[in-house]
Amino acid sequence: MLARRRGPGVTPPPILEARDLVKRFPAGGGLGLGGRTVHALNGVSLAIAAGETLAVVGESGCGKTTLAHCLTGLTTPSAGRLLLDGEDAAAMLRREPMRFRRRVQIVFQDPYASLNPRRRVADTVGDALRIHRLCPRRARRDRVAALIAEVGLGEEHLDRFPHELSGGQRQRVAIARALAVEPAVVVCDEPVSALDVSIQAQVINLLRDLQARRSVGYLFISHNLALVRHIARRIAVMYLGEVVETGTTAELRRRLLHPYSQALFAAAPEIGRPPGTARPPLSGDVPSPIDMPRGCPFHTRCPHARARCAAEAPALRPVDGRMVRCHFAEELSA
Amino acid sequence: MTDLLRVEGLSVEFPTARGVVRAVADLSFALGRGETVALVGESGSGKSTAALSLLRLVPPGTGRVSAGRVLLDGEDLLALPAAALRKVRGARVGMIFQDPMMALNPVFTIGAQIAETLRRHAGMTAAAAEARAIELLRRVQVPAPERRIRQYPHNLSGGMRQRVMIAIALACRPALLIADEPTTALDVTVQAQVLALVADLKAELGMAVLLITHDLGVVWETAQRVVVLYAGRKVEEGPVATVFARPGHPYTAGLLRAARWQEDGGRLAEIPGTVPSPLALPPGCAFAPRCPLAVARCREARPPSQALGRDQEAACWRAGEAPA
Amino acid sequence: MTGLLIFWRRYRRNAAAVGGLAVLVLIVAAAIVGPLVHPVDPFDMIGRPSQPPSARFLLGTDVSGRDMLAGLLHGARVSLVVGIVASLAATLVGLLVGAVAGFYGGFVDNLLMRTTDFFLTIPSFVLAIVIVAIFSPTIATVTAAIAAVSWPSVARLVRAEFMAQREREYVRACRALGMSNLEIIVRQILPNALPPVIVVSSLMVATAILTESGLSFLGLSDPNVVSWGYMIGVGRSVLRVAWWMSAIPGVTILVTVLAINLVGEGLNDALNPRLQRR
Repeated sequence: MLARRRGPGVTPPPILEARDLVKRFPAGGGLGLGGRTVHALNGVSLAIAAGETLAVVGESGCGKTTLAHCLTGLTTPSAGRLLLDGEDAAAMLRREPMRFRRRVQIVFQDPYASLNPRRRVADTVGDALRIHRLCPRRARRDRVAALIAEVGLGEEHLDRFPHELSGGQRQRVAIARALAVEPAVVVCDEPVSALDVSIQAQVINLLRDLQARRSVGYLFISHNLALVRHIARRIAVMYLGEVVETGTTAELRRRLLHPYSQALFAAAPEIGRPPGTARPPLSGDVPSPIDMPRGCPFHTRCPHARARCAAEAPALRPVDGRMVRCHFAEELSA
Repeated sequence: MTDLLRVEGLSVEFPTARGVVRAVADLSFALGRGETVALVGESGSGKSTAALSLLRLVPPGTGRVSAGRVLLDGEDLLALPAAALRKVRGARVGMIFQDPMMALNPVFTIGAQIAETLRRHAGMTAAAAEARAIELLRRVQVPAPERRIRQYPHNLSGGMRQRVMIAIALACRPALLIADEPTTALDVTVQAQVLALVADLKAELGMAVLLITHDLGVVWETAQRVVVLYAGRKVEEGPVATVFARPGHPYTAGLLRAARWQEDGGRLAEIPGTVPSPLALPPGCAFAPRCPLAVARCREARPPSQALGRDQEAACWRAGEAPA
Repeated sequence: MTGLLIFWRRYRRNAAAVGGLAVLVLIVAAAIVGPLVHPVDPFDMIGRPSQPPSARFLLGTDVSGRDMLAGLLHGARVSLVVGIVASLAATLVGLLVGAVAGFYGGFVDNLLMRTTDFFLTIPSFVLAIVIVAIFSPTIATVTAAIAAVSWPSVARLVRAEFMAQREREYVRACRALGMSNLEIIVRQILPNALPPVIVVSSLMVATAILTESGLSFLGLSDPNVVSWGYMIGVGRSVLRVAWWMSAIPGVTILVTVLAINLVGEGLNDALNPRLQRR
């Protein structure tokens, strides 16, 4: 609503903002022997406003799950700042953790793992209400029933255990749990990739309906590019702990500038694409975040790499209506 | 053209504490030489069970093939003695899985595992087998194969393991490759590499591929024909281009709609409800409770497969009426 | 209630475990009602020494002329109580140490686990002897000594369970909700970590009975109570002339331990999630 008053094209103030988030952790079990370090996030900046969806796409090892954990206060970043409503989130998590927890919630990928197998639906969702003291104990069950109804389940599911529910139903329970505290931002970490195709659409529609009703902001992590284009207003493409390209979905759909984004979107199989028109796939694997390549992290697989790419890491800079991290973005766009 | 593989009336049953589950019921399809056929379905559709039972790989004691024939070049694999079947596995039919660690033994080196297949099926000497193993790894684009053959599966990335498994499956130049969700666990760029590799090898060796997947995008880009399974039964079969353009079964139509994310951000077309429990299948058409076109007849009698056009068929009383 | 019913249905599938449970119930019943039905003081010298079983003394008398049957029944109480109490105590300590070590990890984990390792490196029976020898030999110290040597294995198991569960996403979801560590440990993780612990603890009862028997065989247990091990110790010197004197309590220990082990296996089958699919 704020956005509307400020007029079109003006970004609403962010609720959750990451500034140059860095996360490193010792490789190999946590003892830190050998002194090797995993560079999971190398300076990620992004912001989520009320009622909007920002999608983060990337492959395994790009740091998107670590990003989700940093944004939800599940891990402490090694450097950089996280701001919630303009306040320093690290300080808030120390002093008033419950204030942060009520504003930011998370939905995980695997609804089989994210629900406690020994707790009934009413307990799992009720936990959220109880620890935040959101309603008196007597009213709790009714409140849970209302939440469960909001995600499309019925009263009869209240006393079920997770193993008595289907995957889609479990994910609905996980969404109800996250929404119970009425958060402003929900980080959705691959929320439908563990579900069957026919169920994915149900859950995506549910997330969109809830967003429309509660104007909650989503950070939507996914590797399904078609889905991302469908649900997100803005997209950030990550590679090896960095954002390599970010902009509005409309801009990115029109054209991709970073060679990695191009390869990523081209690699996704697409129904209806004429046969033989797919680009040749990228060669090689994603380098290990332990032995980070020098210079541009993508130069080891980039079809356009030149000498400069191996020597000098490019900065994220504005080109053609979006931000790109590539020395030669202008040339490649020409 | 004679078919390489003919599956006729295949049924697989799993006895459970709460009754017998028919994971696959009366499944028939054929695969021509050099052709790629995709077996498509969601979890519980029976697609993986069907693939495993072709080579009698359903773990004994859990499930059993209760009816049907699996003819490879006219020879029924289900009637073959165990020793003869072992010769078919790995030599005439290769198999790759979603999880390479299912096929790779963690305590042996990569080289030893490829050489094992070659020595058993092709009767090669140890030295010749090692040389061929290096060649195979190079063929599946594993870098530095001379070094890799001394490594163990855990030293490799997921994509590399998948390639090693493909190398083992292809060691004896099989006529048929069964690929059970080969790229589901992989990232899209690695998936594209593996699919391109399989396509190259297919062209080079002239082998046929039976691809088991739930990803309709992958089906579109790799297969010529598609068999759609729902709750253990074939609901539709036909050429990919035809089926995707004019699905005959409402389930196929629903899947296609759900997989085509509209980019305008509108509401997605969803298939309501969930896949029925195999222990409590509805009496008529298993899809009827979720079907937008269902009429009384659908809930009473199971629809037979009926032809739609030249090579398309669908098991639906209202086949062909589904909106694309 | 339905949970218990499902559990019993699974347990029932293991015939040996059902047999073990029946035997165990008989032994427990004998321990409870036996001394009431057969009210003879096991320390009273009421007959000629070293009699074989007869109509008057169903299981004979020992070298001092004490009734063997009375000893066996009273001994059952001691053995079972020591076994159960020691196992319970060890389980509680093991749960506490293992849960804290496994959940928090890092320095706390290192400290607690090195302590646990220290206990594990010393042969437990020797350690139990040392503990009993230092303190006065009473039933309480024997029980405490057995608990003191038994908890480390529970602690290790619980730690492993907690470490595995800690990384599960449902725990992350609880932390994202702001749930306290105490509640996560007690209410969320513990119920998931408990099934294997129950199995190990039930098997520990058998080990504890054996340890207690060993201690009293060596004369290191409470001299004021009769136990099965003590009875074997008494009969030892006349093993060649009156073998039944050692054999009767010996077989009793064997049967009891076997029954407990069968029950433990049954619990394992019933609680082990990998078998639940069938």
